[in-house]
Amino acid sequence: MAMTIHCDIVSAEEEIFSGRAKLIVANGIQGDLGVTYGHAPLLTSLEPGPVRLVLDNGEEQVYYVSGGYLEVQPNVVSILADTALRADDLDEAAALEAQKQAQQAMLNQSADVDYSRAAAQLAAATAQLRTLQQIRKAMGK
Amino acid sequence: MAGAKEIRTQISSIKSTQKITSAMEMVAASKMRKAQDRMEVGKPYAQRMRAVVGHIANANPEYRHQYMEERDVKRVGFVIVSTDRGLCGGLNTNLFKQAIKDMRSWSDKNVDVDLCLIGGKAAGFFNSFGGNIVASVRDMGEAPSVSDLIGSVKTMLDAYSEGRIDRLYLVGNEFINTMTQTPFVRQLLPLEAEQDDSLKHHWDYIYEPTPEELLEGLLTRYVESQVYQTVVENGACEQAARMIAMKSATDNAGEIIDGLQLVYNKARQAAITQELSEIVGGAAAVSS
Repeated sequence: MAMTIHCDIVSAEEEIFSGRAKLIVANGIQGDLGVTYGHAPLLTSLEPGPVRLVLDNGEEQVYYVSGGYLEVQPNVVSILADTALRADDLDEAAALEAQKQAQQAMLNQSADVDYSRAAAQLAAATAQLRTLQQIRKAMGK
Repeated sequence: MAGAKEIRTQISSIKSTQKITSAMEMVAASKMRKAQDRMEVGKPYAQRMRAVVGHIANANPEYRHQYMEERDVKRVGFVIVSTDRGLCGGLNTNLFKQAIKDMRSWSDKNVDVDLCLIGGKAAGFFNSFGGNIVASVRDMGEAPSVSDLIGSVKTMLDAYSEGRIDRLYLVGNEFINTMTQTPFVRQLLPLEAEQDDSLKHHWDYIYEPTPEELLEGLLTRYVESQVYQTVVENGACEQAARMIAMKSATDNAGEIIDGLQLVYNKARQAAITQELSEIVGGAAAVSS
């Protein structure tokens, strides 16, 4: 049996995932990071993006988080997500549309747009698309 | 038949009161289910958050955030979570009693108390009771959102950061089951280390990015999530307490109606008997 680590993904609204995983890949603020059994204690904030889990049986699961915190303890990984979504629930068309709108809002400086908000929306939409691409890759294998 | 009419009006007025209380009971029962769901979904996050923060308090970081430092206590802050509406039994009264007890133990030590009040009942109570109110939120409705709370929580956190208060407590009701809700007082700041021997050895996290930025964000989030969870839990407590209070009011009304019905029947019977004896007496006087 491979070495596994307990992983909990919770958001303020609900518990998303709780179980054992071989590998957890998350989108940390300083880049992607992978966590396996025996990782040193770590605390980091997360950027919007996918969280990929490789379960005990080799199955892959992808979740989308729109930011939050990741804590690694010797035998447990906790992800405190702002909003976590099962990636199956993501809608590609909606994400593309949101991305387009956010880009337009940023280009359209003359209008009364909140630049930082548009940038955040763009980041979220891009991250959602990235999540979807990862799922597709996982399924295509 | 003088008394009978008054008794009848009394019975009908109590009956209409009973209708209202039983309707309120049913409304509270259905709202309670929703409030309980809301409480349940938020629980894992709040628990995880508390566990993570407990670990942080146990760590031995080079950088110590001021939320982790014990200071001399000159002034304390209380965040008191109450309901917006009344008619929910002794829920708020018990809570305020607990809060006052704690506040008094501080004021006996010459420590001043600042209050942040959530819910209309706390605002009403402490306005008349006295106390230094620095922030207050009310009328958040049945589904409170975190953004409603951020402002007043920030007031308290800022007060802590600027050294105006040296400790922050959270007072709220814990939902044990439908029949029982108990008030609690929990210390929010400074962080209390979790009693866990496996974490006692010397260790620290790897922080990404810097501990300053990370802890600032995380600990603020922690306090917000704890207050939010308490507000949601208090919502469930409110509906449960109201349901129980209204149920006993309905039962009491039923008992009073039964009692009055008995008095009414006796009065009516007495009137009939009196009339009969008058007729019999009259007939006897005529025939003799």
